[in-house]
Amino acid sequence: MSLWIWLLLACALAYAWKLMGYFVPARLLENPRMSRIAGTMTIGLLASLTVVNAAATGQSLAADARLGALAAAAIALALRAPFLVVVLAGAGAAALLRLAGWN
Amino acid sequence: MGVEPPAVRPGSEAVKLLDSPAVRVGLSISIATGLYGVSFGALSVTSGLSFWQTMALSPLLFSGGSQFAFIGVVAGGGSGIAAMSAATLLGMRNGIYGMQLNALLRPTGWRRYVSAQLTIDESTATSTGQSDPAEQRRGFWAAGIGIYVLWNFFTAVGALAGSGLGDPKQWGLDGAAVAAFLALLWPRLKGREPVAIAVACAVATVIAVPFVPAGVPILVAAVVAAVIGWFSHGRSDEGLEPDVDPYAEHDHHGAKRAAAAEGDS
Repeated sequence: MSLWIWLLLACALAYAWKLMGYFVPARLLENPRMSRIAGTMTIGLLASLTVVNAAATGQSLAADARLGALAAAAIALALRAPFLVVVLAGAGAAALLRLAGWN
Repeated sequence: MGVEPPAVRPGSEAVKLLDSPAVRVGLSISIATGLYGVSFGALSVTSGLSFWQTMALSPLLFSGGSQFAFIGVVAGGGSGIAAMSAATLLGMRNGIYGMQLNALLRPTGWRRYVSAQLTIDESTATSTGQSDPAEQRRGFWAAGIGIYVLWNFFTAVGALAGSGLGDPKQWGLDGAAVAAFLALLWPRLKGREPVAIAVACAVATVIAVPFVPAGVPILVAAVVAAVIGWFSHGRSDEGLEPDVDPYAEHDHHGAKRAAAAEGDS
């Protein structure tokens, strides 16, 4: 039940960010530092989420089939594959590596 | 016979609308983006969210990166508050997009509130890629509404398919999540600075994992990224180009035409 609360709060805050752009005077957000932080934070969070999902299991680090998924996704992206193909490449690599016995 | 004129008019309006380059780009980006709602829906239900929680995120949060962040933290065993924090920090850029779109489209009244919800990477990119104000407006609404409808539809498809999958690991769905995050990050890694930021944050994450509860390493990385942003003097829009370039295909054809014309001359 408590997950619902955080989920709805996340939705409300996401809308608050969006709405803020439309109502806050432009010069406040035009501060280059604000948009720079929005940009670096986007990169940092996505990099971190990639690593956590590839190599973390709870509070420990693990090298398993997900690293294969990471490599497969990188190859697909380098070949300019569309999003859905990249995701399928990641899933396929992890599934095949598990079939081959690497967990 | 009296029926004929009104019957013709909507038809010709629709044809006119489809003649708009921004609307065409908006619709094609809608289909491409909407389709990957399937992967969001399937990953969400296999990461521990219920069908209805998944179906609440797509219409209410409506920002792919933040939605994936929320379920990614939950899947890794993180708490609800950590999931919310990651999603919220990742949504900050939508505020900047909102400011750009507000300056560009100047929506008034209820349109402002609807525009805000439709403010995402793809609608921003489709709109700002046009130079004519009318086309900017059409591009925004075509991409925004098109993605909203298809993203929610395909989330439901994915969520239903995902619930019937059994063991998600057997299908490599945890690998799919890794791939999804890398695919969201990839287009933003243009140049040396964004790569350096990504590496620094990845390293900070790896170091933090053993010491703090699940989900928190992502927030540690956010702090590292914010500090870099605060002190760096790089371009002010680093990483803020939307993660899609709806006009890439278009430019490609343009370049081909230009090359062909050169060959002719």
